Amino acid sequence: MNTELTGIIATFLLTIVIAIPLGKYLAKVFAGEKVWTDFLKPLENGIYKLSGINIKEQMNWKQQLKALLTINILWLFYGFFVLIFQDKLPFNPDGNPGMTPDLAFNTIISFVANCNLQHYSGESGVSYLTQQFVLMFLQFVSAATGIAAAVVLFKAFRDKTTTQLGNFWEFFVKSITRLLLPLSIFVALVLTFNGTPASYDAKDQFISLQGDTVNVSRGPAAQMIAIKHLGTNGGGYFGANSAHPFENPSYLTNMVEIIAQTIIPMAMIIAFGYFIRRRKLAWTIFGVMTIGLFMLMIPTLTSELGGNPALAKMGISQTTGAMEGKEVRLGPAATAYWSTLTTVISTGSVNGMHDSTMPLTGLWQLLAMMINAIYGGCGVGLLNYFIYLIIAVFISGLMVGRTPEFLGHKVEAREIKIAAIITLLSPFLILAGTAIASFVFTNHGDAAWATQPKNWLNNPGFHGFSEMLYEVTSSNANNGSGFEGLGDNNVFWNVLTGVIIFLGRFLPIIGPVAIAGLLGAKKFIPESAGTLKTDTKTFALMTFAVILVLNALSYFPALALGPLAEYFSQLR
Amino acid sequence: MKKYIIQSLRLTLVLIVLLCIIYPISIALAGKLSNGKGGGEKISKNGKTVGYQLLGQSFTKPEYFWGRPSAVAYNAAGSAGSNKGPSNPDYLKEVQSRIDTLLKYNPGLKKSEIPADMVTASGSGLDPNISEQGAAIQIARIAKTRKISEQKVKDLVAMNTLKPLLGLFGPSSVNVLKLNLALDNL
Repeated sequence: MNTELTGIIATFLLTIVIAIPLGKYLAKVFAGEKVWTDFLKPLENGIYKLSGINIKEQMNWKQQLKALLTINILWLFYGFFVLIFQDKLPFNPDGNPGMTPDLAFNTIISFVANCNLQHYSGESGVSYLTQQFVLMFLQFVSAATGIAAAVVLFKAFRDKTTTQLGNFWEFFVKSITRLLLPLSIFVALVLTFNGTPASYDAKDQFISLQGDTVNVSRGPAAQMIAIKHLGTNGGGYFGANSAHPFENPSYLTNMVEIIAQTIIPMAMIIAFGYFIRRRKLAWTIFGVMTIGLFMLMIPTLTSELGGNPALAKMGISQTTGAMEGKEVRLGPAATAYWSTLTTVISTGSVNGMHDSTMPLTGLWQLLAMMINAIYGGCGVGLLNYFIYLIIAVFISGLMVGRTPEFLGHKVEAREIKIAAIITLLSPFLILAGTAIASFVFTNHGDAAWATQPKNWLNNPGFHGFSEMLYEVTSSNANNGSGFEGLGDNNVFWNVLTGVIIFLGRFLPIIGPVAIAGLLGAKKFIPESAGTLKTDTKTFALMTFAVILVLNALSYFPALALGPLAEYFSQLR
Repeated sequence: MKKYIIQSLRLTLVLIVLLCIIYPISIALAGKLSNGKGGGEKISKNGKTVGYQLLGQSFTKPEYFWGRPSAVAYNAAGSAGSNKGPSNPDYLKEVQSRIDTLLKYNPGLKKSEIPADMVTASGSGLDPNISEQGAAIQIARIAKTRKISEQKVKDLVAMNTLKPLLGLFGPSSVNVLKLNLALDNL
């Protein structure tokens, strides 16, 4: 059998085998039950003590959000100034310059928001200090922020009626000490011993076999690559991300990296079910997500493995598939597999260049980011899915003529309003953002920015439009991958995507946590014959339909102008 | 509110010590035990470094196996793909000219034998590998310019081919730098 296909099947099975026990473990960790990692308690207690935190203090949903936003805003200021002044600070062996204010604005929001859209290149745009003390630091804490926010939601549905949702700092710290840090150590070691640089050595120089002088960028990369995947961040150490042979040396490391970015989002779904003692609900959610994944992945594989029709016309052989922007050691199948997972989950790391994938592949990548709730980012994936659930509950309630309920709590006007705003936010940001960009491109091509708008696009025609649509969609989804041909390091794109990332991150955290908090505080209604059950196949289908209809209605016109138009023009 | 600000500040400082100092330095120290001592594994010839095992380099002379086209000319102080879309007319012209170059330097080669990886740029611009087919189509040229038997070159290619992981997972590949070094050492 084709070893490229057996490779991805094995990868997927391994992911599931790891994610399920990890989910059960997480449910216990956050419920405070006994687990084998309890030997880390002294470390956690030390952290609480040094930070002046009393984890016995219970918070309601408003206090949870206040704590979350306070620490996130603090990181914005801290990172912004370090990025601007990185040339004057130590640990800059390659002598890279400080960032311009607009680039620093974009970069810091992007990393605080777990997005990791990068308008700089790791080799020349940042110092070792900023790689570790800002970017890698934020990869840990932004992932922990998402997980902690999801646990607040868990808490709201565990007890019948409650306003006491636990302590945000405890969830946040435990996400790091019990999950992200131990797994990062493991992944970083695997990478280091397979060839990824991990030392603080500066740039090297050698003379190649043919006599060319070559400079080699290096540095402490393995440490960052581990958490970039586990935390669904995706921001690479090197410019080419996980396509770079240092960042992803072999097929083995490729399997490790793609498994690392998938396990936590999957495990969070399982953890939800165990935590609120409704396992069937979790499996229903997991089922819907997995079916969605396959519906995106199978056509992606078909379009990539089929190769580029334009190259086929030239008469060359594409036995394994399309190779532009891909690496030989990984092959097209593993790259297509990765491209689907990195877009459904909000990682956005790439092991091949998305800009060079086939038109329909681009369509599935975009759609995956527009839905943004198939597993999704660390913690936030579940929060996004929760909004779809609430909308599905509401519509089902209208259809059968009952007051909608979710897990024993009445869903009323206030909750629906919040859910509706969050649902409308994504299409608004994506479509308005793309429209503004297209307008500037066509009407103000000569604006005097670092890259003039007329030179933004690396490809003409429909594909050029897709480059802009992809950039905005990726920002809103906090994904961070790109059609990298876009000339994006200029004041327009830095500010536009910075604002979109910020709104696309924090409102979809605030909304679901608020809804959960409001619902959790309401009187518990015991289940009766008239209750709408949310863990049945019928309701799963309903949720699926809601996801499909909402996204199709919102995005079909934009998708038709980009990837679909390119696909049909290639058929001619 | 003030309480949260102070807690945030202190927690951030504590976590910086744990995550930005203790964690990365421990990994860097452990990395000293790896083959490349955590700085990337080098390849040398007669005691001089001629490259990194994982980084491709530019080969244009006919007596060497060629690697894949690179969007950054194998400059390892940067990395990038071409980011050309599949229907871009300029890109398609570029591919056509790569096909023509291969046909010119490898007489007797048929178009249908050229694998896609030899005429498309890699994602990183530093791809150290080519496919087995990519090496196979160059064997005749190498044997002729180096005046050695084709069988000898074929054997070298076989020796420098990395099989799928455990023989089961992923593609096979040929490391161009190692192969060319083996040719020089004949």
